[in-house]
Amino acid sequence: MSAEPRQSESPHNGLFVNGLCKSYGPVQVLADASFEVRPGEVVALLGENGAGKSTVSNIIAGSIKPDAGTIIWRGKPYSPANPAAAIEAGVGMIHQELKLLPDLSVAENVYVGRLPMRSGRIDRATMNAKASAQLKRLGLDVSPERKVRTLRVAAQQQVEIAKALTLNAELLILDEPTAALGGEETELLFKQIRKLKAEGMSFIYISHRLDEIAQIADRVVVMRDGRIVARHERADIPVRTVVEQMVGRSVERMFPKLSPPGEKTLLEVENLSSPERSFNNVSFSVKSGEILGIAGLIGAGRTELVRAIAGADPISSGVVRVADQPVHLSGPAAAIRAGVVLVPEDRKEQGVVLEQTIGENLAIGNFDHVAPKGWVFPKAVQRFAETGISRLGVKGRPNQAVSKLSGGNQQKVIIAKWVSRPPKVFILDEPTRGIDVGARAAIYDVIADLARSGMAVVVVSSDLEEVLGLSHRVLVLSRGRQRGILDRDESSNVAVMELATS
Amino acid sequence: MAVSNETSELKAGTGAAQAASGAKLSALFAGTMGPLIGLVLLCLALALTTDTFLTVRNILNVLDQVTVLGIMAIGMTLVILIGGIDLSVGSVLALAAMVMGYVAYPDYLNLGVPVGIVAALMVAALCGLVSGLLVTVTKLPPFIATLAMMSVARGLANMITDGSQIVGFPDWFTNLSIVRHFGFLSVTVGLMIVLAIVFAIFLNYRATGRSLYAIGGSAEVARLSGIPVKSLTNWVYAICALLAGLAGIVLAARLDSVQPSSGVGYELDTIAAVVIGGASLSGGIGSIGGTAIGVLIIGVLRNGLNLLGVSPFIQQVVIGVVIALAVATDTWRRRRQ
Repeated sequence: MSAEPRQSESPHNGLFVNGLCKSYGPVQVLADASFEVRPGEVVALLGENGAGKSTVSNIIAGSIKPDAGTIIWRGKPYSPANPAAAIEAGVGMIHQELKLLPDLSVAENVYVGRLPMRSGRIDRATMNAKASAQLKRLGLDVSPERKVRTLRVAAQQQVEIAKALTLNAELLILDEPTAALGGEETELLFKQIRKLKAEGMSFIYISHRLDEIAQIADRVVVMRDGRIVARHERADIPVRTVVEQMVGRSVERMFPKLSPPGEKTLLEVENLSSPERSFNNVSFSVKSGEILGIAGLIGAGRTELVRAIAGADPISSGVVRVADQPVHLSGPAAAIRAGVVLVPEDRKEQGVVLEQTIGENLAIGNFDHVAPKGWVFPKAVQRFAETGISRLGVKGRPNQAVSKLSGGNQQKVIIAKWVSRPPKVFILDEPTRGIDVGARAAIYDVIADLARSGMAVVVVSSDLEEVLGLSHRVLVLSRGRQRGILDRDESSNVAVMELATS
Repeated sequence: MAVSNETSELKAGTGAAQAASGAKLSALFAGTMGPLIGLVLLCLALALTTDTFLTVRNILNVLDQVTVLGIMAIGMTLVILIGGIDLSVGSVLALAAMVMGYVAYPDYLNLGVPVGIVAALMVAALCGLVSGLLVTVTKLPPFIATLAMMSVARGLANMITDGSQIVGFPDWFTNLSIVRHFGFLSVTVGLMIVLAIVFAIFLNYRATGRSLYAIGGSAEVARLSGIPVKSLTNWVYAICALLAGLAGIVLAARLDSVQPSSGVGYELDTIAAVVIGGASLSGGIGSIGGTAIGVLIIGVLRNGLNLLGVSPFIQQVVIGVVIALAVATDTWRRRRQ
């Protein structure tokens, strides 16, 4: 609160965002957003997916135009027409999906679109020397002539930052910069941020990882449903407080109450290994009515493991038994016949055919049921879809295109596709990725219901709270190895993280 | 409400043919309003500017002229639906025709036309299967796999007779495309129409047909849903080539001869017809109804420009412009939605 009077007395030379609004049709994604970023400070922008963080960042970076509101940047009104204008004004954004040209060299990527020329030819010597200088400034020891494709993700990200530096950026927006980074790489990034901060650069730092915020941010702005709900003058605020502000209610109530699991073991995995060694000798079993969570850091082999169990990827050794019968995992079709279904990690690429209707998406994978003799009648598809829609409470009609649904409803369509079979083993990989908080609770209820109806349920999630809140037991993977299985009463944030980072 | 539900259930039970008729016919042409309007406008314009276009005789001529293109376009529709492309259909057409001539003709194997047709269709389907395997097993992009097949099949077609044509088939064979039964329908045109109806029903009402739409929409979603994506892809390329072979036999009947140089450039006409009919080259969108309209637009356009005495060179220009216009309108319409 003390920021307000100071702002009017001696406006600093940083960024003032005032009352930004943005709507798409009837949906308001940003309402009256105001905050400031002082020179040489890191402001963390927190919020669930869909809270408006990306919208506000994209407005500042010039790729979205606001409906209302103003921005002051370095003492002047600032309304970039496009990203190029923002860069011209010294504002850069590093997107979560890096935008590099993989087959060009590091230096070419840094200078793309403004390659230094000499007598009509590209001046490679100058370009490489200048790029090299920026990379050194970041403490990165990489040849400027190396192809970007051959670099690790962390190094590629630093190439993006180097690019922004050569553009004389003074405000850098980092969108989930550590999502694909390991511990050491994250440390290096933080070191660079601190160094650039000392040189007077400002940062807007977007992240889901609350533990990072205390380390790197000076101040915290929390968003929810397109509004700014809290501003903290310090970054070392309790995680629970921030989460509750992000979520808008107390955290405990989000997860449904779990019923005790049954007696019968439905899924048994024995010494399962992948050909690429992305997971090794994994063994576990899941009972009827039980939810097994699989936790681990990115790259621990969680997705690879569940994809293999669902027949999506090959295995090199091991056995999977469903209701005591060994399954020959020749492909997804074989797994589905055996009663194992997967809700894949990437909803839009692997889960639904976006242009097709809900009915068509539900029929795919259920032709044996919808069209027992091979004839598909629109009426039968419609009836089948109506059953699935009402069973899972999907907000949509059978003949509506899936692309028009929200993420949560798309996820329900994928679950509805499998529920009616009914499967014995239901695997969900990142079931709430990219889904708003409100809709998440509904998905959790659906998952708990699946278990209650007698299925063995496996849930993979990067969200630790989610794994802990939803599972009877938690299996922890680290670098492809099974580090342990924790019972509900012994599993905690700390216990899981200890195993996951071992 | 309850009554209408009951009747529709009854209707659903009485078989595909009935479901495909009547109200459901609109489903076959779903999403093809644009091309259909184009075809109607084209016919109107030609009816007003020429005396001869709107005569029974000329309409039958148009149908005769589009049989080869029409039969090939059915197969190409399947390939494009699953997100593929087949550049080899023109060459496969020539190869199949040459195989038929070689097997049937007295100076060569002299086994008779029926044996020749069977041999031709088998060779054609085999070419398609090879293309399919190159795509599914060797993981070549369909463009490259079928580009290779285009060259191989053309070479083989030339090797059979060392490049010379074979002229003169039995009368009953050439009559297939000449004699108009019931006063209007030649066997070849009838064949095209039956194939179009069969494949339209297949794509709309068979689980396998619907699966092709799923594969084109997203092959990974289809695979994870238990659809045998690889084997269906092989089948689709085999059937596309088989239909190209069949088109080669129809062409042989129309010309009373086979030559290794026939069918050059047909793959582009075929792709054009499918695309004009509203199919998306990225897969998942398209229909036999749309393709039929695309084929007719190309056929009517050629016929009409001939009637108007426009030179064949200008015809090429006009058809190019029509392709660009058709796809541009379609893209524009989709983006607006």
